[in-house]
Amino acid sequence: MGVPLVEIAGLTVDFGNDWRSRAVDGVDLAIAPGEALGVVGESGSGKSVTWLAALGLLPARARVGGSVRLEGQQLVGAPARLLESVRGKRIAMIFQDPSSCLNPVHRIGRQLGEALKLHRGLSGAAGEAETLRLLDQVGIADAKRRLSDYPHQLSGGLNQRVMIAMALAGQPDLLVADEPTTALDATIQAQILALLAGIRRDTGMALVLISHDLGVVAENVSRVAVMYAGRLVEEGLGQDLFDAPRHPYTQGLLAALPTLTGPRRRLAAIPGTVPEPGKAPAGCSFAPRCPLAEPRCMSEPPASRRVGLLHRAACHLQIEPGFSAGALPRAAE
Amino acid sequence: MLLFAASRLLRAALTILFVMTFAFVVLRLSGDPALLIMSVDAPPEAIKAFRQAWGLDQPIWDQYLSYIAHAFTGDFGKSMRDGRPAMDLVMERVPATLAITLPALALKIGLGIPAGIYAALHRNSFADRLTMAVSVAGFTMPSFVLALLLVLVFAVNLGWLPASGADSPSHAILPIITLGAAGAAIMARFTRSAMLEVLGQPYIRAASAKGVEWRRVISHHALPNAAIPTVTIIGFMIGSLVAGAVVVESVFAWPGVGRLLVSAVANRDLAVVQAILMVIAAWMVMANFTVDIAYGWLDPRVRGAAAGH
Ligand SMILES: Nc1ncnc2c1ncn2[C@@H]1O[C@H](COP(=O)(O)OP(=O)(O)OP(=O)(O)O)[C@@H](O)[C@H]1O
Ligand SMILES: [Mg+2]
Repeated sequence: MGVPLVEIAGLTVDFGNDWRSRAVDGVDLAIAPGEALGVVGESGSGKSVTWLAALGLLPARARVGGSVRLEGQQLVGAPARLLESVRGKRIAMIFQDPSSCLNPVHRIGRQLGEALKLHRGLSGAAGEAETLRLLDQVGIADAKRRLSDYPHQLSGGLNQRVMIAMALAGQPDLLVADEPTTALDATIQAQILALLAGIRRDTGMALVLISHDLGVVAENVSRVAVMYAGRLVEEGLGQDLFDAPRHPYTQGLLAALPTLTGPRRRLAAIPGTVPEPGKAPAGCSFAPRCPLAEPRCMSEPPASRRVGLLHRAACHLQIEPGFSAGALPRAAE
Repeated sequence: MLLFAASRLLRAALTILFVMTFAFVVLRLSGDPALLIMSVDAPPEAIKAFRQAWGLDQPIWDQYLSYIAHAFTGDFGKSMRDGRPAMDLVMERVPATLAITLPALALKIGLGIPAGIYAALHRNSFADRLTMAVSVAGFTMPSFVLALLLVLVFAVNLGWLPASGADSPSHAILPIITLGAAGAAIMARFTRSAMLEVLGQPYIRAASAKGVEWRRVISHHALPNAAIPTVTIIGFMIGSLVAGAVVVESVFAWPGVGRLLVSAVANRDLAVVQAILMVIAAWMVMANFTVDIAYGWLDPRVRGAAAGH
């Protein structure tokens, strides 16, 4: 990997006062320019909070530690002015529920225009022309009429296209898509993902695709990071990670997924649940659910180790690739 | 939009008719005005003549129909006390009532909304807690208690302001403060919670993620949305402007509609009481109507729902 575009190192986020209730606990992650990275993990594993923290979008009571560098520039604790110049312009972010992410009292055209004015200084006729071009780029037919629509007049899929158009308005170097299709039905989901892929091809923009859904991630990114209870447990190129998972959690996830091309499933198929914040063991947070856990797993946090080329896992055990997948108890349907 | 306005207008008319009917029935059932207005030992012939003169000897149904029919022509009957048209008596008191209620309304909005916004933006700060504590005090205290307190401090102890009457503009100050303070407290509380609700919405975070600076997120994204529920409470305050002045006008001997209502009720001056209730109802209905229109204007979702069929 060349010079990273974004480099996250030792990122921590606390909402409470207890260090064990960390929402994000020492995440290291780098994204190269133009790269597509998938982030997977169960609900509450800290996928969203990691990226909200990177952009300074968490509420004031959240305490963020560690570092997030954008081409060397530190974003953690950066002044509001700097963060505002990064958001939308260098790193754009879109969210899960597009219909509630658009302002209900402003017309689509106005919301897009605001981003264009902000990032490219376009307004008036030039702004409108570019707005139409963006709507066209995200595959919205009849763009001219849509400009005067309000978000409630559009479907979820159309609203997500508008959100994407708005994210593209600043011509960002990185788009963080936080479960962009979770709220949409399957056909629309495929269309949106294809749209994102097409945009990446055309613009060379980097993408972080956050998802519950391993299937979605497998098809759309080259590298995958797996999060569990606020930590990064495994990270590697898609093929390596899917063919030879090293962390028992990843192995469990894959075992619970029949085939990558078959019907998609939620990642809830591993017995047990994610420890509640504050209830995680001192050691590996997956230990209570891990079929291979040893005594030291409960007490010593495992460090992230290299297990292959560009492949890292945080587990004490020297696990053979794919070893424990079959050994895991069968998922309850 | 036109259909929307028309349906609201019809509803408004029905509401007023309902209030007129209700007031009519309740007032006729609550005692014989002839006995109250004439002295008890008046000769029976005089009482009979009085009843005839005011139509009180007719069946109540006829009385009602003739009242409604006259009301449609703008005739709300005559005061049984001094024989002048009831509506004239009421209308000449309206300016005095507005002279204290309109500044009070300005106080409620001008003080309450900024305080609420400030408290929401500085949630859990000292200023927020202080604002909320003052506002709890403001709306749990009955207005006559606040009125008496203000009189004690500013009229009796400090001697800065007159305690009652309406001889000079300074007489209006204490009534205005009494009326405005509680309303401002309610307004602040309501605005704060509306604002907090909006600030927690995904589109606020999304606007920040877009790179919009925080001040603009507040002014262009949060405020227009928080205004929608706030309009309800403003409408309610405008609607209860006249009715809300009854207690304060009585305490401060302010010669407005509220005080006229109290004396008309005491005197069983039916036509005047009815005319006042009518004015209050019409005013409330008009305020509601305005709020509905304002909703449609502020919230495209309402506009769409009203026009979308
Ligand atoms: N504003 C907040 N205040 C307090 N705790 C929070 C807040 N936002 C997130 N958390 C906590 O941080 C942890 C990580 O949340 P996060 O939203 O990052 O999970 P996620 O992996 O994105 O899950 P999902 O798939 O459900 O979106 C959770 O335990 C959550 O309860
Ligand atoms: Mg999330």
